[in-house]
Amino acid sequence: MEGTIPLNYFIAVSAILFTMGALGVLIRRNALIVFMSIELMLNAANLAFVAFARSYDVLTGQIFVFFVMTVAAAEVAVGLALIVAIFRSKHSIDVDQMSSLKG
Amino acid sequence: MNPIMILFIVLAVSAILSALGLVMSRSAIYAALFLVLNFACVAIFYLILGAPFIALTQITVYAGAIMVLFLFVIMLLGVEKLPGSKAIPWQRPLAIGLSAVLLVEAGVLLFQRLQNSVNLAQPDAQVNTMESIRSLALMLFNQYLLPFEITSILLLVAMIGAIVLTKQEKGAAG
Repeated sequence: MEGTIPLNYFIAVSAILFTMGALGVLIRRNALIVFMSIELMLNAANLAFVAFARSYDVLTGQIFVFFVMTVAAAEVAVGLALIVAIFRSKHSIDVDQMSSLKG
Repeated sequence: MNPIMILFIVLAVSAILSALGLVMSRSAIYAALFLVLNFACVAIFYLILGAPFIALTQITVYAGAIMVLFLFVIMLLGVEKLPGSKAIPWQRPLAIGLSAVLLVEAGVLLFQRLQNSVNLAQPDAQVNTMESIRSLALMLFNQYLLPFEITSILLLVAMIGAIVLTKQEKGAAG
């Protein structure tokens, strides 16, 4: 068929991007890069939403992506403020350094 | 192989490589720029899927606002290059193993459950006009009006939270 892409391909790209994001959260120690990896995971989920919305020909998926973007924006604003506050007190954003509560 | 498929493959490869670049890069600035490239690739995916409004929102909100905020904080704190702290030795292999398990799991589910995958036809010219934005807006402001209004409160709370968290206490110069 001319001009078609299987739904599976989009879901596969979404799964790979999500796994990359999870890998980034697990192996990086820089809090900012951990944050960026979380954005990557949200983005992968959004891609799956839009692909399924296209496949079922409904707009609800796109509406949900809209809300996910808003929540991501709010999360980044608060999260970066937290990182700035932590950097002020500890002079580091290495997540391994944040062990003040360790017994 | 049709041209849209070639476009898809090029975009998929660049999206995955930029995600890999984000995870692997030493410098936080490069990681942020790789993430912008990834967001742009995903925005073009949205265009292929006939969601022009979401694609433009992706560019303005993610690649525009959120990444500028990230770059601003990176440069404000001066953490472009962090000294690599001694990582726990078994951490990296374990993380890679767990990610591989996650990917295999997703792949198995994908090929079991979606064996008879549908082909997504190219959106016709109709989709890429104002009509699609109009129907999206009608749905957002009729069916999803309450969540939309709650979103405004969420953004207000985030704004106040960011200001309160970064505010310097008077006298306690940090």
